[in-house]
Amino acid sequence: MKPGLIPPVTKHPVGDVSAKEHSSAQPAASGNALRAFEQLFQRSREERRSPASDSGLPRLETQDLCFYYGEKQALHNVSMTVPERSVTAFIGPSGCGKSTFLRTLNRMNDIIEGTRVTGKVLLEGQDVYAASVDVVQLRKKVGMVFQKSTPFPKSIFDNVAYGPMIAGQKNRKTLARIVEECLKRAALWDEVKDRLADSALALSGGQQQRLCIARSLATNPEVLLMDEPASALDPASTARIEDLIFELKRNYTIVIVTHNMQQAARVSDFTAFFFEGRLIEVGATQQIFTRPKQKKTEDYITGRFG
Amino acid sequence: MSLSVESTPDDIARRYFREKLFEWHCFAATWIGVVVLAVLLIGTIAKAVGWLDWQFMTSFDSRFPQNAGILAPLLGSLWLTVLTGLFAIPVGVGAAVYLEEYSSDTWLRRIIQTNLANLAGVPSIVYGILGLSVFVRMFGVFGTAKPDEAALKVLVVSLGITHLRIPLPPLPLGPSLLAGAGTLALLVMPTIIVASQEALRAIPPSIRHASLALGATRWQTVRHQVLPAAFPGILTGVILAMSRAIGEAAPLLMMGALMYVARAPGGIDSVKALFSGDPGFEGLMKAPYDKFTALPLQIYNWISRSEDRFQNVAAAGIVVLLVVLLSMNGVAIYLRQKYRKKLRW
Repeated sequence: MKPGLIPPVTKHPVGDVSAKEHSSAQPAASGNALRAFEQLFQRSREERRSPASDSGLPRLETQDLCFYYGEKQALHNVSMTVPERSVTAFIGPSGCGKSTFLRTLNRMNDIIEGTRVTGKVLLEGQDVYAASVDVVQLRKKVGMVFQKSTPFPKSIFDNVAYGPMIAGQKNRKTLARIVEECLKRAALWDEVKDRLADSALALSGGQQQRLCIARSLATNPEVLLMDEPASALDPASTARIEDLIFELKRNYTIVIVTHNMQQAARVSDFTAFFFEGRLIEVGATQQIFTRPKQKKTEDYITGRFG
Repeated sequence: MSLSVESTPDDIARRYFREKLFEWHCFAATWIGVVVLAVLLIGTIAKAVGWLDWQFMTSFDSRFPQNAGILAPLLGSLWLTVLTGLFAIPVGVGAAVYLEEYSSDTWLRRIIQTNLANLAGVPSIVYGILGLSVFVRMFGVFGTAKPDEAALKVLVVSLGITHLRIPLPPLPLGPSLLAGAGTLALLVMPTIIVASQEALRAIPPSIRHASLALGATRWQTVRHQVLPAAFPGILTGVILAMSRAIGEAAPLLMMGALMYVARAPGGIDSVKALFSGDPGFEGLMKAPYDKFTALPLQIYNWISRSEDRFQNVAAAGIVVLLVVLLSMNGVAIYLRQKYRKKLRW
């Protein structure tokens, strides 16, 4: 379930931070977990140039959002805002509703039969569940990357060109420009520029996931939703995806669901902790990981449960 | 009591005996079919030798075995296949796409699904009875059929200098190509639907989700992702269903299509006839309303004649039918391979 980066939690709650930092990791006692995160922040802030602007405008906002699978309520009155041009991470144990919540944001849950939503999801102030909203247009604005990379059984070029193509872009030259630009943004261009006509399924797992990110960028979205985008990848590919997320937040608002708390701490500016369908706590990532207000949050990030 | 299990030499011998017995059973089960098929084929081919020649391929039927040929049923079967495909493929694949991609899981859908599986198993003669009352007689509301090609009403469409003569369908259809194709289309439709559904179901849902998440409509998802990926599977199902349609005699017999037919549908017996003025375009338009014969019907017809030498003619006809079926299956395999490669899995 959890990626190889995290050793069993009970003894070493914040073991390895990443593969390359293996040597510096020390088995910390449970109480030292928060301090370990603090160190991690210092390191990552130095390594990575800009800290996020805390004054971002709300791009996405939910108000009293409830979600039901048939009779079963999966989300209870979730209200939160996602600031612009930042990375917001959703963490929480399996089945806590974080993926469900993510999918309500671009209405991907509409596909599942017998589901029901109450409350509001506001994208720039407009309720995405309003009758006047075209779900097809919404999903172009709010792109999504899935846990399992899902390249279409087509060429690399056709995969990236698919979004603009179905949106009506027929000009081959324009498509080629979009494909190049998006592959560059997804840090994949140099690896595939000589074999754009090859099957996307011939790429490695990490490359496939970056291709899926490039494919989402091609519809020119404002928000990018990522559902555990690196959980099926090896540490090196994971690191590349994380670097990519860090690059992308300059232009996009990113929401990422992750099981890997180190990942959340490394890549995100804001973190929301979900438990049993409820939003327990949301705040700046550094605050959540070092000075959580809720006992539940602290228990979870220090590895006492989940 | 000891827990270890000691096999006596007798036990071991018995186990090996059973092992061998089972292996021989499976071996025999495999080869019995091959042997029977080989005997049938060799017997048929031996009978057909000397009869299967160019004259046989290019002649119409005759009362004299040495003059009889297979041109009319060959063209009839070709027409039947094309028309059946025209009716059955769009409806069958469309129904499969609706059931798999659009419909929600309601009791109505489940009833349809169960009935599709049952329909695929209905004996073909039952479809013959259906075709007889629905297409051939049209429940008798238009009186009885007049199998007279000359009596067809013709709609004349003027196009400036020239004009098109478009024959109107006779009512009721009578034992015409159109009625035959309609019946066969009903017969193969459940098979096409079920095969296409299975092909669609084999496409992972993640492909659909990825497409929808990129802002594709359901139709765009079906058109650009699901159908191309399912195409090889659908094609295989369609071609196998069409081969079945070509080989069917019972429903056509039931429809009353067993007639002495010594002409091509619409009088089009060569490429030249199609592009000349007579019968040309008008013949092409008339052909679906024409009486016809088909390969299995003609073989049945020949076998039931009293003169011995017609048995050889029938054998030659069987060989032609087998070659047609085998080449269709060959085309299916070729296309499947070709599109699999194109899919870039």
